[in-house]
Amino acid sequence: MKKMLTAAVSRVLSGVTQKPASRVLAASCKYSNNATFEIKKCDLYRLEEGPPVTTVLTREDGLRYYKMMQTVRRMELKADQLYKQKFIRGFCHLCDGQEACCVGLEAGINPTDHVITSYRAHGFSYTRGLAVRSILAELTGRRGGCAKGKGGSMHMYAKNFYGGNGIVGAQGPLGAGVALACKYKGNNEVCLTLYGDGAANQGQISEAYNMAALWHLPCVFICENNRYGMGTSVERAAANTDYYKRGNFIPGLRVDGMDILCVREATKFAADYCRSGKGPILMELLTYRYHGHSMSDPGISYRTREEIQSVRSKSDPIMLLKDKMVNNKLASVEELKEIDVEVRKEIDDAAQFAMTDPEPPLEELGHHIYSSNPPFDIRGANQWIKFQSIS
Amino acid sequence: MAVVAVLVRRPLEQVGNVTLLPSPPLKIFYCGKIHRTEFTVLSCVTVREAINQGMDEELERDEKVFLLGEEVAQYDGAYKVSRGLWKKYGDKRIIDTPISEMGFAGIAVGAAMAGLRPICEFMTFNFSMQAIDQVINSAAKTYYMSGGLQSVPIVFRGPNGASAGVAAQHSQCFAAWYGHCPGLKVVSPWSSEDAKGLIKSAIRDNNPVVVLENELMYGVPFELPSEAQSKDFLIPIGKAKIERPGTHVTIVAHSRPVGHCLEAATVLSKEGIECEVINLRTIRPMDIETIEASVMKTNHLVTVEGGWPQFGVGAEICARIMEGPAFNFLDAPAVRVTGADVPMPYAKILEDNSVPQVKDIIFAIKKTLNI
Repeated sequence: MKKMLTAAVSRVLSGVTQKPASRVLAASCKYSNNATFEIKKCDLYRLEEGPPVTTVLTREDGLRYYKMMQTVRRMELKADQLYKQKFIRGFCHLCDGQEACCVGLEAGINPTDHVITSYRAHGFSYTRGLAVRSILAELTGRRGGCAKGKGGSMHMYAKNFYGGNGIVGAQGPLGAGVALACKYKGNNEVCLTLYGDGAANQGQISEAYNMAALWHLPCVFICENNRYGMGTSVERAAANTDYYKRGNFIPGLRVDGMDILCVREATKFAADYCRSGKGPILMELLTYRYHGHSMSDPGISYRTREEIQSVRSKSDPIMLLKDKMVNNKLASVEELKEIDVEVRKEIDDAAQFAMTDPEPPLEELGHHIYSSNPPFDIRGANQWIKFQSIS
Repeated sequence: MAVVAVLVRRPLEQVGNVTLLPSPPLKIFYCGKIHRTEFTVLSCVTVREAINQGMDEELERDEKVFLLGEEVAQYDGAYKVSRGLWKKYGDKRIIDTPISEMGFAGIAVGAAMAGLRPICEFMTFNFSMQAIDQVINSAAKTYYMSGGLQSVPIVFRGPNGASAGVAAQHSQCFAAWYGHCPGLKVVSPWSSEDAKGLIKSAIRDNNPVVVLENELMYGVPFELPSEAQSKDFLIPIGKAKIERPGTHVTIVAHSRPVGHCLEAATVLSKEGIECEVINLRTIRPMDIETIEASVMKTNHLVTVEGGWPQFGVGAEICARIMEGPAFNFLDAPAVRVTGADVPMPYAKILEDNSVPQVKDIIFAIKKTLNI
């Protein structure tokens, strides 16, 4: 009976569209609708209270988070593969290991809120709404890429997602500016402004802290601390490695960035804080990247394989969520394996597209120089080569 | 009433508790003529007032427009260009920033990405070097990098180039630096009409526009024809203006040197040399067609700019003239008049000889005409 039911469920789930009715049917048979979890208390700075230490995870949310994290994971691993096959060129900064950050943050805000981050942006590009195929095709520089092949890994944009920024720390003031726009318009939206442990030492981040605090901007500064700024560990880069305190006059909290529920609750707390008009807040997410800084960095000259393996076996964010769900009867191992199969297929299809979609036409080289402009000519490599520029 | 020619130095202006530096001696007032025609009503407006009017009108027209920068609000602007705006529009729309160029330029760009229309003032463009990454990498390139998804409707404005006695770190001209970059529009007004029309066009443009003003021009009054008094008066970005038609030589300049060129033209006219003076108005995209048409008529070209000679605006004009139809019409090599190739010195005699003077322009013109 159980096998028949599982088979029926997997047939249903293997279709492109989910059929909630069948899931509910399945759920009522063997799964709980939700479960309550205790989560780690966050270290607080200049805050009387922090996020709650318990939270409820519904089955539906859990499955969604699992699928999203697995999608980001597999997408990044596929990017690794495509890079080694030379389909992807230049810089490629992967975020596998940090999935709980991008998925957890998205779970704590609304689609109408805003996100800006650094060049390690593929995960956020996905959680902010870009399709995997448009991300991979952008990485391979094809016309079906989300930026039409013009941007590449570090310059992917979506609605309320401002990239993807190549210059370390530049996104700090940019995010504060987005928050200023939110306050100016009075729309109760917030901006999540992410940067890494390396970027935290940029002067412009301090300038952004100052103005955000001065003007009470609804900006959640988020330091994604994965312990290494390229090859430099935090101890070698920062006189003060308590990044959640680095905002000085800005309250902060330090969050377990490998536990998606922790990240979600902390994000909700931080976003609410900003929405109440109290000004900016700072979140430090303690996380880890399995890959090196980028594809040209093996990632083992400044850290040990043992360390990487230890994080993988004890703190992998997908594993942690899976264990939570299975142990609390929110899902079965088989069901999650079905999702894995689904995700693999989606990624493989997307990769196929990314490898076969044609490159952007040469005639479009000059496009998108100016917005809302009548067409004009762009000079090419010599004075006789001209490209038309259309907005 | 004739044009009043004045050779005296203007007195020091006391504005509030600030003493403004005197403008350099003016040989010719551009104001003072009274036209009595049925349709033309002229008014005398300084460049400062013109920029102020332009910003005021655009702030009134579109509530997404706002101004931020150091001292723009309660101080009325370091050079009083934003006088009265904070009183009229308040804290929300006229924002005093801390001394954090990289930070507030980035904030302005972020606000533009999120749908507002900021005017970001640099107290002088020398300080924009601290923020130049935000101007180029975050503003100029973004529309292109995003494949047309993310526009950045922002204006960066402020005084550019040489002033009087402010020495090397406060006197650099950035026309060539910003003019180099695709994705930016760069304008350089000379007269009040230029200043008003270009700032309004810049604010309405959906692209990052750098407006290179000139501190020494702020106090200079010009006639503003009636069309320029309209709230929808715009000067198109990318179009040069022939300030003075002529037949013997084409002189191209931008910003304050345009005035020097007109003075040189007046002097040379007495000797029978008629100069065609072109006010570039826009550095990027440059209106090379107007220059070419002029050179094809006059057969001689002199470029004049305040900035350094190497890789400058004049160098670009010469290169493009060589590449286009006008080359075959040149009777002599094109000539550049520029600032001296030194960091700006302080002592007056040294400073005076580090910027193009009228005599240098006249000399260059006569050289190219082989007179």
